Amino acid sequence: MIRALHRWPGLLALALVTVLSLSGAALSVFPAAERIAAPQAEAGMTVATLADRIQGTYPGVEQIRRAPSGRITAYWFDQGTPGAAVVDPATGQGAASADPNQTQRWLTNLHRSLFLGDGGRIAMAVGAAAMLVLALAGFLLVTRRVCGWRNWFTRLRGPLAGRLHVEIARIAVVGLVLSSTTALWMAASTFDLLPGGGVPAMPVEVSGETGFAPGQMLLLVETPVDELRELSFPYPGDATDVFTLKTDRGTGYLDQGTGALLAWTDLTGWERVSETIYMLHTGQGAATLGLVLGLMALGVPTMGVTGVVVWLAGRRGRPRIRGNQPAGRAETILLVGSEGGSTWGFAATLHAALTQAGQRVHTAPMSAFAPERYAAANRIIVLAATYGDGAAPASAKGFLDRLAAADRAPDAPMAVLGFGDRSFPAYCAFAKAVAAAAEAKGWPQLMAIDFIDRQSPQDFARWGRALGDAMGVDLELSHEPIRPATETLTLVSRRDHGAEVQAPSAILRFALPRAALWQRLVGAGFARFDAGDLIGILPEGSPLPRLYSLASARRDGFIEIVVKKHPGGLASGQFTALEPGDTVTAFLRRNPGFRPGRGRAPLILIGAGTGIGPLAGFVRGNARQRPVHLFFGMRHPDSDFFYGEELRVWQSEGRLTRLVTAVSRGTKPYYVQDALRGDAALVAQLIRDGARVMVCGGRDMAAGVADALAEILAPTGLTPAALKTEGRYVEDVY
Amino acid sequence: MKLKSLLATLALTTALTLPGLAMARPVTLTTTLNTYGGDGAYLALYVTDASGAYVGSLWMAGDKSKYYEHLSDWYRATGGDTAQVNGITGASVGAGRTLEITLDLADALFDAGYTLHIDAAVEDMRDSPNEVAVPLTTAGAGTSVTGRRYIASFAYDM
Repeated sequence: MIRALHRWPGLLALALVTVLSLSGAALSVFPAAERIAAPQAEAGMTVATLADRIQGTYPGVEQIRRAPSGRITAYWFDQGTPGAAVVDPATGQGAASADPNQTQRWLTNLHRSLFLGDGGRIAMAVGAAAMLVLALAGFLLVTRRVCGWRNWFTRLRGPLAGRLHVEIARIAVVGLVLSSTTALWMAASTFDLLPGGGVPAMPVEVSGETGFAPGQMLLLVETPVDELRELSFPYPGDATDVFTLKTDRGTGYLDQGTGALLAWTDLTGWERVSETIYMLHTGQGAATLGLVLGLMALGVPTMGVTGVVVWLAGRRGRPRIRGNQPAGRAETILLVGSEGGSTWGFAATLHAALTQAGQRVHTAPMSAFAPERYAAANRIIVLAATYGDGAAPASAKGFLDRLAAADRAPDAPMAVLGFGDRSFPAYCAFAKAVAAAAEAKGWPQLMAIDFIDRQSPQDFARWGRALGDAMGVDLELSHEPIRPATETLTLVSRRDHGAEVQAPSAILRFALPRAALWQRLVGAGFARFDAGDLIGILPEGSPLPRLYSLASARRDGFIEIVVKKHPGGLASGQFTALEPGDTVTAFLRRNPGFRPGRGRAPLILIGAGTGIGPLAGFVRGNARQRPVHLFFGMRHPDSDFFYGEELRVWQSEGRLTRLVTAVSRGTKPYYVQDALRGDAALVAQLIRDGARVMVCGGRDMAAGVADALAEILAPTGLTPAALKTEGRYVEDVY
Repeated sequence: MKLKSLLATLALTTALTLPGLAMARPVTLTTTLNTYGGDGAYLALYVTDASGAYVGSLWMAGDKSKYYEHLSDWYRATGGDTAQVNGITGASVGAGRTLEITLDLADALFDAGYTLHIDAAVEDMRDSPNEVAVPLTTAGAGTSVTGRRYIASFAYDM
């Protein structure tokens, strides 16, 4: 709901709010410029003195006005010719032209009415209303996203466009709310929707005399120039006319023959409110505030562009569910609780796989939960993301209420799969809440609750096999989070290894493809990647991409992978045969779960064979010289010691603290897990000190490493499983 | 801008307690502004009697009442009462443009000491009350006068 309140006004009023904010930002400069340029009255100067001086210079003076900036303008008639000038209060002499600034006038008319009269004013008021709704809904969205307003300035994650959008918004929102609220007030006032102020009655009795000098009038002597707004002189020759004085406090009439105050009316409270609002909106009288508001308004066009980018990315991310069956006929019901759309992607994969396995499947948002309609259902599967600190994601709103309100739980057993990010404290909290509610309701369980950390396709495939077992079908879930847009990569160099040990391998380096501006903004494709991310390469003659871990980050300026030729392997055979200049078709898949993360905690990197790739990438990127201990298993140092030369250089540069190698080919095979055991005391100490363990390589090696670590950690009371829960032990296993 | 048979005379006639409405004639008021280099001007056209007292309004060019206080003579005379210009209000007049209004004015208004006034005001520029003040006489019809600041020419034709 709130998201819709943010999205639609944003998209519909994008052009309007862009014009409003840009013209508003430009206009914000004028009050400050006027403040600087206008000659100011000296402190304590009175209106009487000012009137005296100006009348000395311009005997035909009719009116003196003081703008909130302190600029004083005099209007006079000299032998029937009208004149006007900005006056220096120190001398009473004209100092500058009083003609309105044409640029400012043009901008003002654009800003308030698009040069379209009342229709334009209404359009701009609608724009201001849209801005206000956007700002308030945006505030609620950010509050929810960062789990409460106390975390308003917390660090953000995710693609650049979304981050930029929120970074600007959380600073600019104050100004935008202020500017749009005051704009609506001013529009309402212009259209007479607000009560106006009173007017002092014109005095009936005047002395009938003329010629009392304004410099002698008591009220003018008592009124400092700082409070002056306007002083109007009587018509020459009209003895019934009066002096009219307007100040910050009110309006009064003075007799031109005696100087006596004839009538006075204070400003009403309502008028004061209106004037304050005018000041807050225009910056006239509050030039610095005006500049700040103008700067904040400048963020709007950027937020517009990034907002559209986020919206488009969200739309792209939500796939179409093909062959969705009616709820009443489906054997399997898939309920999806997704915020940004990525969980829908998993649902689509599961839907397709189940359909292929011969199932009739109905997929729907969790918010459409309707157990009475699931007449043919044999099982109900809930895929639930979590929003913020445990709230229901957008498409799951109301699910828990409906479940609680139901007479009884459905007969068909259910399974919950949670999607989340283990680095957040409320990991899969909503999925857990759903599972708990189901259990409390007595809903039979198909499978225990399980979790997918950071959209891991591996986790999902593992869960899919378990689901297949529970259903008695063979279920292989090969999930690609977003249908990849492929790019063509050109090989620039290759370094061969391993031929001598019957494991021909190569380090392949590709040139960075050119990134379009939108890609850089969204961080799409190869515009943004880190070591440890995955690259999918499509071999010729097979639609199935092969995934490799990247050994380089974008800032390294190239794309690097380590590939081993498998005997008879179609893809690896093609890739290891690439020569510089050859091209491949590839796409990027992020792997946020396999990152060294920030901080200074030591890293323990453990890899064997081509698994060295991402680990070498981490070391290469370790410019901040975080302590890094690399355990590297190979067959023979003369043959498959990938990055041997670089590792020595990186060590000398402080990027690598310690390198421990294990060689398996020899009289006595020595594996990387053996190397860990050999360093047990150090490894245990490092982990006690908060080290993060990252393992990359084959499944057997990973299992061996886990066993070794379990042994090493036994005396400390820690276990690999506990470390995994904390996110301090991550694997990239193939 | 042309308006036929406007009953603007109502306000005037009631104030003047004229014997009857029948004795009225169409009068065209033509106001041409000079190129003063600002936004559209607000103009108040109204009539005072021989003693200078406000009698009634003929036309208000400008529809945002919050700006009426800048038509300061008119505003003082009427207390800013928008009822005085109900139904006889139009758009403000741009620099260099002409406002032409035709109304039925009572015969009794002519050659009887009444004066037609125009107050003018432009945003961020000077207020010009009493921009034009012409006695309403049959002889004066068709004679063009110049305003003080914004009006290049004004004339009434019968």
